[in-house]
Amino acid sequence: MEFDLASVSPEDIRELERNVFIGSLETLKGWVRSNSLWPLTFGLACCAIEMMAAGAPHYDLDRFGVMFRTSPRQADVMIVSGTVTKKMGPLLRRLYDQMPEPKWVIAMGSCATAGGPYVKSYSVIKGVDQIVPVDVYIPGCPPNPAALIYGINKLQEKIRYEARTGKRVTSG
Amino acid sequence: MGVIRTEELLLNVGPQHPSTHGVFRIIVKLDGEIITEATPVMGYLHRGTEKLAESLNYTQIIPYTDRMDYVSAMTNNYVLVHAVEKMMGLTVPERAEFLRLIVMELQRIASHLVWWGTYLLDIGALSPFLYAFNDRERILQLFNELCGARLTYNYMRVGGVKWDAPEGWIDKVKAFVKSMYGKLDDYHALVSGNEIFLSRIKGVGAYDAETAIAYGLSGANLRSTGVKWDLRKNEPYSLYDRFEFDVPVGRNGDCYDRYVVRMEEIRQSLRILEQALEQFPPEGETMGKVPRVIRPPAGEIYVRIESPRGEIGCYIVSTGKAEPYRLKFRRPSFVNLQILPKLLVGESMTNLVTILGGIDIVLGEVDC
Amino acid sequence: MSEGERKRPDEREDDVSAASAGEQRTGALEDGVSAVNIGERRSGAPKDGGSAVSAGEKRTEAPEAGAAATGAGTSRPEAAETAADGARTEPAAPARRKETEEEKAARRKAALEAREAAKAAKAAAAAQDAAAQAGSPGAAQAGPQAASPGAASAGPAGAAAETNEPPPKPPSPNQPRLDRAVQLLRELVADDAVESASINEANDHLPTLVVRKERWLQAARLFRSHEELNANYLRNVTGVDYETHMEVVYHLLSLDSGHNYAIKVRTDRDRPSVPSVTPVWETANWNEREIYDLLGIDFPGHPDLRRIMMPDDWEGHPLRKDYVPLDPEV
Repeated sequence: MEFDLASVSPEDIRELERNVFIGSLETLKGWVRSNSLWPLTFGLACCAIEMMAAGAPHYDLDRFGVMFRTSPRQADVMIVSGTVTKKMGPLLRRLYDQMPEPKWVIAMGSCATAGGPYVKSYSVIKGVDQIVPVDVYIPGCPPNPAALIYGINKLQEKIRYEARTGKRVTSG
Repeated sequence: MGVIRTEELLLNVGPQHPSTHGVFRIIVKLDGEIITEATPVMGYLHRGTEKLAESLNYTQIIPYTDRMDYVSAMTNNYVLVHAVEKMMGLTVPERAEFLRLIVMELQRIASHLVWWGTYLLDIGALSPFLYAFNDRERILQLFNELCGARLTYNYMRVGGVKWDAPEGWIDKVKAFVKSMYGKLDDYHALVSGNEIFLSRIKGVGAYDAETAIAYGLSGANLRSTGVKWDLRKNEPYSLYDRFEFDVPVGRNGDCYDRYVVRMEEIRQSLRILEQALEQFPPEGETMGKVPRVIRPPAGEIYVRIESPRGEIGCYIVSTGKAEPYRLKFRRPSFVNLQILPKLLVGESMTNLVTILGGIDIVLGEVDC
Repeated sequence: MSEGERKRPDEREDDVSAASAGEQRTGALEDGVSAVNIGERRSGAPKDGGSAVSAGEKRTEAPEAGAAATGAGTSRPEAAETAADGARTEPAAPARRKETEEEKAARRKAALEAREAAKAAKAAAAAQDAAAQAGSPGAAQAGPQAASPGAASAGPAGAAAETNEPPPKPPSPNQPRLDRAVQLLRELVADDAVESASINEANDHLPTLVVRKERWLQAARLFRSHEELNANYLRNVTGVDYETHMEVVYHLLSLDSGHNYAIKVRTDRDRPSVPSVTPVWETANWNEREIYDLLGIDFPGHPDLRRIMMPDDWEGHPLRKDYVPLDPEV
């Protein structure tokens, strides 16, 4: 088959530049996964209300492809929003284990990050990263829905970066 | 064929569930679709606020009260500062008291909107959630302008409030109140006449006044049975005795009556807001005369106010130090939830979510 | 007398608690007076050296005016003392860290002398009153007290000063209701059912009773069913851990009349138990479970006493004052 590069017109070149992407399959997978993150509704406490507000019309999360799923089997990312108590810890781990790979965890709010205002309490786990590996930490008490969206964007960048370079930001 | 063998099914409506309004677990024994026994398990959000409070001074406890009933944080703030002020005999300046009342009523509307949106989401209607949260966003933006936070305000202090209303804030609230009346009518038009909705909640989860009083229910749960008991009218606090408003009371004590009572409460809150905004003092102090270190005298006190969920109370035992010796919150959701096992027996499984949503609980408050 | 209780010298650890005792006196007075006291404390904050002198001055003039035997009279010496105490606090609080031991001791000595001078002056006034009136217990107490100006005698001298003058507080409007409740309990439950009864003034004059725990279930039934008390709504059940004993406080309400009662039931600290009132008010069910979970108080008669907030296998009762968490680093 003959293919003469000189005979391709500029309009065609522009069309091709717009519509043809060259890349690796991993990059494609990263792009796809980052743009349709389906979180598990794991609202525990006050941060859950801000998560709901982020899903509400004013700060719409649906435009990022984020659709809340209630079953862990259908979820990509677990947004731990709220205080994790010692009673809830084992269940959180169980839910994380039930999620299929690839999966990510966002620790939203200072309680999930490091115990938050309840760090001196007898019944609070000081940071959910003691139980599950966390990818993105969003500080705040509670973080603004805009901050949550920023955190989700950061996770999207991280997914694409790890897909493109093959490096893992955390050691697994 | 003979009779099909059936056995009891133990179903776990687990702590992670879209409709349990937080981390709340119900262990349900089912016979087919009929519930024979329901055991609630809570404590998945028990953060030890009361123990922490014994090592913090009163101003430091105020942020923790926000996080208890996180959907209506202003009323939680108020119950704590009101208790301390009463123990110390402090007077709050009028402008501060007006500001407190305005934010408490706005908070009541916001809380009822959350309840309405999530209740209908549980029942299966997806649009009211979006409408409710849109309006709630406007209230939260008003709060954001006033005190810098959307959900956990830390706004009230012992003796007054922390921030004064900025320029033009009162006019914005007035505009909001005016538009909210129309929105409320829209909500009624959208939902309240819907046949599916009515058949799902009429007659569901009914109890009578005697049961309600024995179980110590409060708020809309008590008023839906016909008992006219609203702490804003019966044991007035703040400036509620200056304003005219009605207390909606139901008849049958079922979920539909609770729905109607709460929607009417939004309307009455708007009425109170109108009057309060008109009478708002144009200038004044926001903090009263308060000693630098807040040390209530030795003794104890129990105050209670009407939060959107019912009677929230604060019991303080003080030994004269800057920290309380014992601080206990009487949380309405915790007490209201006790009737759930009784209501669920004999009900169909599909009504579990309806009944639970009708009680209007917030898990931060149930577990404290 | 309340005055004597508050002035126990063994309760004084350092000037900080002295200041708090001063503020205790402030808070116990009527609303108007306490607001004035706060104002006084704020505005009049003399320096260290001046406070003792001005306190002494204020105190010497106050009893003379106070001998006129009005309610304001007894509150004014208290107010003056409070102002002085508070004035002492004002420079004390920020300068506490920089003070040396000598300065502290010197200030304490000056305050003690000022207090003793005030007591002597008050005892002299009381002796005058006792001589004027025919109060023999007051005269008997005031006589030896005037001679020994020790701080230990401040209690009875102050008490004598107060018993010879009319009480500053008018009887509470809820006192008849409290008396009636105590009378009903004594008649219909048992003679020893009520250990003490008082009015909690700060809390809207709430009648507060302390009921013996052996009689509590019967007393609860009486509260619920008697038509005069008719307390059909149990508002709140709280458990408190005082280090010597434990207490369960019940707040009752009668929805028809709007009357409130507070009832305390005491129990000892090792193996605490209070009869459960779940048969009387259903709402006590989970409240008592929570108190059991967090404080360890047993409620015999409860249908289902198990942990509610903590996991079922949790060890210990977290809200106790001597609770040590097993895994604080998690």
